[in-house]
Amino acid sequence: MPESTAAAVRPAPTGVIHDIGYQRYQGLRLGRRQVFGALYLHGLRTAFGFGRSAKAKIFPWLVVGIVSLVAVALAAVRSQIGEPVATYAQFADAMSWLVIFFVAVVAPELVSRDLRSGVLPLYFSRPLPRADYALAKLLALVTALWLLLGGPQLLMFLGAAFTTKQGMRGVWNELLDLLPGLLYAGLWAVVFASVGLLVASLTGKRAFAAGGVVAVFLMTTPIVGVLSILPSRAANELAGLASPSTLVQGVGIWSLGDLLVEGDPGEMMIGGFGPVYALAAVLLVAGATALLLARYRKVAS
Amino acid sequence: MTLIATQSLTKTYGGRVTALADLTVAVEPGIIGLVGANGAGKSTLIKILLGLIAPTSGQVSVLGIDPTADPAAVRNRVGYMPEHDCLPPDLSAAELVTHLGRMSGLPRTAARERASEALRHVGLYEERYRPVGGYSTGMKQRVKLAQALVHDPDLLLLDEPTNGLDPAGRDAMLALVHRIGTEFGISVLVCSHLLGEVERICDTLIAIDGGKLLRADHISAMTSATDVLAVEVSEGTEELAARLAELKLPVARDGRLLLVPLADDGTYDLILGAVAELDLPLHRLDQRRHRVAELFATRELTHA
Repeated sequence: MPESTAAAVRPAPTGVIHDIGYQRYQGLRLGRRQVFGALYLHGLRTAFGFGRSAKAKIFPWLVVGIVSLVAVALAAVRSQIGEPVATYAQFADAMSWLVIFFVAVVAPELVSRDLRSGVLPLYFSRPLPRADYALAKLLALVTALWLLLGGPQLLMFLGAAFTTKQGMRGVWNELLDLLPGLLYAGLWAVVFASVGLLVASLTGKRAFAAGGVVAVFLMTTPIVGVLSILPSRAANELAGLASPSTLVQGVGIWSLGDLLVEGDPGEMMIGGFGPVYALAAVLLVAGATALLLARYRKVAS
Repeated sequence: MTLIATQSLTKTYGGRVTALADLTVAVEPGIIGLVGANGAGKSTLIKILLGLIAPTSGQVSVLGIDPTADPAAVRNRVGYMPEHDCLPPDLSAAELVTHLGRMSGLPRTAARERASEALRHVGLYEERYRPVGGYSTGMKQRVKLAQALVHDPDLLLLDEPTNGLDPAGRDAMLALVHRIGTEFGISVLVCSHLLGEVERICDTLIAIDGGKLLRADHISAMTSATDVLAVEVSEGTEELAARLAELKLPVARDGRLLLVPLADDGTYDLILGAVAELDLPLHRLDQRRHRVAELFATRELTHA
């Protein structure tokens, strides 16, 4: 072999790039929990357009901008007049329309895109179970929605805490107001994410998915309207069950009471049906999640 | 160690459509070609090997693990390249392969490093930062191969890797698959409906048709055992054929050629002797390797 003898005679060259060929991977392989966490974080980043094109960032950040602006304005007005304009829970209620549009854009981004591009076989041929994929996406959307409502609530809290005239006691009272508000925001997030993601997971076409999400949330409100003017007190009080938004408000009125409606019974009356609303909300979330998992047991196999 | 073993594997869809029927096969590590016409059950077999669908009956084991019992353990060590388009157009190849590496359990930095390594090995360099939507079919196939390779599997399942490629692209892809199987030390099951394509790179060939096993063997065993001698004489072909038949050689006619199976070196002597005896002008006498395709053709005929 002339080549090897020549190489032996020649001094070893320095600064040469070697093609070291294929390297086997000997390093750490993470387990199911960490993979789930990675997919969850990836989903959460996707929800706010991180790691995506500039176009994908426009809408989520527009909504974030609006809700933050409203929160800052509320805090500013409150510091001037010394009276809260809206409670934390009322703020979440008032922002529900924006939440719906946020879900309509982000849920298709999370699931419809993967359906459309046919990338799911690449996920499902990996160790990650199918249910983990669906749950990680769901959890990411819940977190995104909760941050969307909870973040501005925190802004309102900071505004109130820094302008309070009662010292630490005022801050403490404000915190006691904030915590139920954050829980209520969590309820919005769970209900809207589970229903929205289920609807979006049914189609790979993003426009259809977005339309479907808006339709489910908005088309159901006329039903509530009709039921609430029927000449039956029970029908009126149960009307809120017909639409996800009013369902969430019903649970809020039952559990938070004056934090949401402030003494004034308001336009929405649930009578003694509070527990029914709570049960309906639990069933809705559980049912939507079960259907989502069933959907991902079948898809792309 | 047996790489893939199946025992009476059967898959029927809805009790009527039979995708696999009583398939029993065992193959050693190496490059395995899985050939069959469209609808022969190749993709179904791959999905069963991955544990994506459950067989109706029968046993299966991949790398010594049963994918129906522990699919995650199998998928940890297997890379899969699907037949169809599966790449999100707005992501870059680097982002996609890194993300899928993480989905296979690689830590963040390892995933990034191995993604660029895998893309480099399949021949994608600066392009890997551009969105996949702008790639040619050949480049997309390479990205699909890279994502199957990113987590350093012990076995690659490639479903029609040459689909949609031009002849040059096919050759490049086959060369790449061959390199993975030989230099990288990764076993490869490559699926194709084109026998001529996979027989060039495979050690072992599995042929299925209508969900049934036609044949599974080492490619060397398939070809060497059936070498034939082609004899051509300028005139007197009939006489020679008759003479050879008298010598108990199974002669076949193929146009102006006489084909005689090569049993051993004695076959040469018998033929040359016959030609000399009849005093015929010998035009040529050479050894011909049977194409694997012919094997299956004759086999099917004898079975019919």
